Amino acid sequence: MELLKKLCAVTAPSGNEAPICALIQEALSGIADEVYTDAMGNLIAKKGSGGKKIMFAAHMDEIGVLVTFIEESGLVRFQNLGGLRLATMLGQRVRFLNGTIGCVQLTGGVEITKAKLTDFYIDIGAKDKAEAEKLVNIGDVAGFIADFIQTETAVMAKSLDNRVGCYVLLEALKRAQDTENEIYAVFTVQEELGLRGAGVAAHAINPDMAIALDVTATGDTPGAETMHVKLGGGAAIKIKDGGILSHPDVVAAMEQAAQKGDILTQREILLSGRTDVGVIHLTRDGIPSGAISVPMRYIHSPAEVAYKSDIEACIALTAKMMQKKS
Amino acid sequence: MMLKALSECFGPCGCEEEVRKFIIEKVRPYADRMMVDMMGNLYVYKKGASSEKVLMLAAHMDEVGFIVSDITADGYLKFKTVGGIDSRVLVSKNVVVGEKRVHGVIALKAVHLQTADERKNAVRESGLRIDIGAKTADEAKQCVKIGDYATFDTSCMPFGEGRRIGKAFDDRAGCAVLCDVVREKDLPYDTYFCFTVQEEAGCRGAEIAANRICPTAALVIEGTTCSDVSDVPAAMEVTTLGGGAALSIADRGAYSDKTLTQKLYALAEENGIAVQYKRTTMGGNDLRSIQRSGNGVIGAAVSVPTRYLHSPASVISEKDFESVKEIAKLFVMQAEELI
Repeated sequence: MELLKKLCAVTAPSGNEAPICALIQEALSGIADEVYTDAMGNLIAKKGSGGKKIMFAAHMDEIGVLVTFIEESGLVRFQNLGGLRLATMLGQRVRFLNGTIGCVQLTGGVEITKAKLTDFYIDIGAKDKAEAEKLVNIGDVAGFIADFIQTETAVMAKSLDNRVGCYVLLEALKRAQDTENEIYAVFTVQEELGLRGAGVAAHAINPDMAIALDVTATGDTPGAETMHVKLGGGAAIKIKDGGILSHPDVVAAMEQAAQKGDILTQREILLSGRTDVGVIHLTRDGIPSGAISVPMRYIHSPAEVAYKSDIEACIALTAKMMQKKS
Repeated sequence: MMLKALSECFGPCGCEEEVRKFIIEKVRPYADRMMVDMMGNLYVYKKGASSEKVLMLAAHMDEVGFIVSDITADGYLKFKTVGGIDSRVLVSKNVVVGEKRVHGVIALKAVHLQTADERKNAVRESGLRIDIGAKTADEAKQCVKIGDYATFDTSCMPFGEGRRIGKAFDDRAGCAVLCDVVREKDLPYDTYFCFTVQEEAGCRGAEIAANRICPTAALVIEGTTCSDVSDVPAAMEVTTLGGGAALSIADRGAYSDKTLTQKLYALAEENGIAVQYKRTTMGGNDLRSIQRSGNGVIGAAVSVPTRYLHSPASVISEKDFESVKEIAKLFVMQAEELI
């Protein structure tokens, strides 16, 4: 969990993945045969040779904000990187890549339920534009900040979406060092902006099969949409979301692997939302794909909640898929 | 002037032939090779000193416009817009229609004939017709067919001090820039100057072009929103007219390569070229298709700030246009330090 805590702590909003890329590269040392990046910034770790060519994709970016304008007053206007939840972000603190801290506030008199993104601003504690410009520039980005909390059962943190997927991929790779397959662990960029990074990595690798590691929503909170997935129900094997119908052979392979390894799983049908395999499976001649998801409450909030047991199940299942003989 | 002629070309999205023919004649003396693909993209290739890296510059030839969808019994043309046009800008505008380039005007019934509801609500495309002076359907059909294209009929003219007014600066300004940059000699890398089709329909041509060329790096040259007009708060301006070439940071389709963008900005400043960042994450251009093509492409976008984009009459600053040209030249000639 120490590694997960470190991963979550890094500020690296979509399009600005360098800081998280550096940390993951460090974590990959000794567990991959080859590590490199591509033109868009995807980080690719290759392990093993022979057998099947299998691509695992976990996006390493997080949602955030991008500065578009600095007012004479020193207050900062911004737009979103990825799907911000307006009511959730009000009053939250953000951290810019250079360490500057600000808080997100709403124009007075605007009701939160009717607020538009342009009604919000960030106060960075600068007295005027000149002071603000010493701290931030047009185009600078920031991510939300929050403490990493652990209980016996759960973790609560910002950016578990999708640092937990990166964590699952790293831990699984450690356990599957004996793989007889050619494994590509890909830490993708710009997923939150519309699955922009994964496609080019898949195109370059051209794998026999691809599996995304990401998070999924649950149906176990008051007022949640009807959904079978719940915290504590195990690794979620994706059947369908807004971007893919998982390949039946991939689903079957994962369910068989789970059964053999005595790993708790549940089937995931996500009503809306997508993940990297949404573009990967349509790359080149088509790539049989599926996904393993960590069930998570309050996605895209600074307090995302997941169960440790589910995370462990995802790691175990991912490792089994890496080791799977064809 | 090249920009005037390009602006006045007839080239709605999907019907770029007139623009392409014009450009081919202008760039022929400077090209090592030219090619047109099945979608209509034009590739102008120049051999560089090295083939180790391949550069792509892209400007789209198409403009927003109209397609004739029906001809009424009394000789009017029903139409659909191609590309995003605010239907409120359409009423009483002059247009040119079809292969015979007949003149037309977008007609709306007189105000005293409108119902209270019609007067209160913004006019919709479905309530408008193009009048080409025909009295009957048969007369109209002698010069126009269903499926014919139409564009605004606007002359490009000098405007105020150092400004130009005209149609289709998005993206004929970009095409004009490329027509000029292609004259550069002794390029460091093999370079493709691409004039793409169907950007306004969703960056369709550029995707094919990028997959064909597989460039190492790409620069998209565009005309982009400029809202520095009355009553818009400074925070919402996006770009400032006369403020210099606008480099994109991120938009709805692409996050520009940070290193390349920052280097271009710094290099522009070093060379005394006016430059500004585009201050929004809205919009999008061919970079969305190019960056994600093949194994991935290092990409940036630079634009001429354009007031009243996608309307019959947009306005640009000649100074901004020159700045974009200079930045495009830097991208080509100093690629070794940029990429």
